[in-house]
Amino acid sequence: MSVVTFISHDGEKHEAPLEVGRSLMQVAVDNMVPGVDGDCGGEAACGTCHVIVDDQWVAAVGRSGPVEEEMLAMNPERESTSRLSCQMAVCADWDGLVVRLPEFQM
Amino acid sequence: MSSLTGVTGAAAERAQALIPMELQIRGAHLYDKARRFVTRTNGHKIFVEKPIPAVEEVALADIDLSNPFLYRQGKWQSYFERVRNEAPVHFQANSPFGPFWSVTRHADIIAVDKDHETFSAEPFIIIGEPPRFMDVAMFIAMDPPKHDRQRAAVQGVVAPKNLREMEALIRTRVREVLDDLPLGEPFNWVDRVSIELTARMLATLLDFPYDQRRKLVEWSDLASSMEQANGGPSDNDEVFRGFVDAARGLSALWRDKQARLAAGEEPGFDLITMLQSNEATKDLIDRPMEFLGNLILLIVGGNDTTRNSMSGGVLALNRFPDQFEKVKANPELIPNMVSEIIRWQTPLAYMRRVAKKDTILNGQFIRKGDKLVMWYASGNRDERVFDRPDDLIIDRSNARNHISFGFGVHRCMGNRLAEMQLRILWEELLPRFEKIELVGEPEYVQSNFVRGISRLSVRLTAKSDA
Repeated sequence: MSVVTFISHDGEKHEAPLEVGRSLMQVAVDNMVPGVDGDCGGEAACGTCHVIVDDQWVAAVGRSGPVEEEMLAMNPERESTSRLSCQMAVCADWDGLVVRLPEFQM
Repeated sequence: MSSLTGVTGAAAERAQALIPMELQIRGAHLYDKARRFVTRTNGHKIFVEKPIPAVEEVALADIDLSNPFLYRQGKWQSYFERVRNEAPVHFQANSPFGPFWSVTRHADIIAVDKDHETFSAEPFIIIGEPPRFMDVAMFIAMDPPKHDRQRAAVQGVVAPKNLREMEALIRTRVREVLDDLPLGEPFNWVDRVSIELTARMLATLLDFPYDQRRKLVEWSDLASSMEQANGGPSDNDEVFRGFVDAARGLSALWRDKQARLAAGEEPGFDLITMLQSNEATKDLIDRPMEFLGNLILLIVGGNDTTRNSMSGGVLALNRFPDQFEKVKANPELIPNMVSEIIRWQTPLAYMRRVAKKDTILNGQFIRKGDKLVMWYASGNRDERVFDRPDDLIIDRSNARNHISFGFGVHRCMGNRLAEMQLRILWEELLPRFEKIELVGEPEYVQSNFVRGISRLSVRLTAKSDA
């Protein structure tokens, strides 16, 4: 089984099973990972599923596109590898993925 | 849009900068008086309340969701339900506010809200228009990139990071207000709790003289109750007088803070200081209509919304008493209950857009220039998204999917502050009071925009061990 690790801003780790085809936001919400809200349900329209991708995974999962940037651009906690996890469709080769969570969702 | 800003925008902007704010408002007032005299509408209310028929008795095309009495008369649920199911993107050709489309389903609202390339928030986000020459400019009614620059200047104040610092202060103020409430006798919850708490919060955010905080409420109420704008009850003369007063008070605040900063005082952490220290907004006062517009936006944004969610929560828990018992037994449900209350109340009924190009929305052909109203109040009761949508269910699993804050670039920037204020209120209420009983029926505000409760008579019973 593939696994993703969410690391909260104060270092707490939450592992969740990866399900290919679902979005990373759905994975987090289904597994009640604290710190991911997903208020708009996956439309990239609220910015409450913000994650920061670990540097070594950027190449595999890709960077934010223009749709995500609309919401990320105004976020004071955004970093260069920030993504909206609702726009990240889980792939089979993501086993071991690590993302950090911001201190606050907007 | 007024022809002044439409045709000669640049010239108008220059003129704006040269003519003092107060004179501009007085000029607009004079114009409005002349207009009313010439058109013989002086003294005539546009909206006179009449009983609204049951929705089954009205032809679909005649349904007018802009009627400002729909909420007050308790007819809004049945009207929106029918439109959602029979014509989810509905056209009304002859409303007092002109022709407009109603977008009533949750999914369609999100689609419109996030697509600012197709649907513009300019020039206004309310269905009608403010009186001519009073079209103040606010970033909620601007498209990117100008919107982004102005919003970025102020959103830090209510960003989650700073809320942590504010939590203790908010809690102290909530306790002060609650400790003062009478026990065992009816009083108006709206005035004593909802308005008082929001006024205190606003004065703090603006660093406005604390003893004059009710002025902020007055100005906000006037700005959000204009007849031509959203069917509100305010008389235009009152509105103009209020705006002169607001322009004076807010300019004085701005100048005072400028002077204190120049004299070497530590910069405060408030909205005015933030505006003054940002490149995009430091000269805001030289653009009077933008100055007034954006400050009024921040005041209105933090006023009607939180106030009516504070009142709406008490109302909802009286309508669904089993939910009150549930939260008393499980106070850890408070955060989810807060989202559910904001869904159930939906303090602002809608935001409006204008199509920038021809487009198709859920099968309807929308022409460039058409006005669309995204009915958040309806999306929040969409049975496609929420089970038993009219019920308050405090542990509803998808309560956070409510649409009250809007979605996309204009999403409410004070959402986390609002949630915090409401959470603290309920955290402080539950250990104090055994019962928060509604006495008689509430009174509602006249408006198609603000879903407001003007009077909520409540009787409190203290906890026996408190």
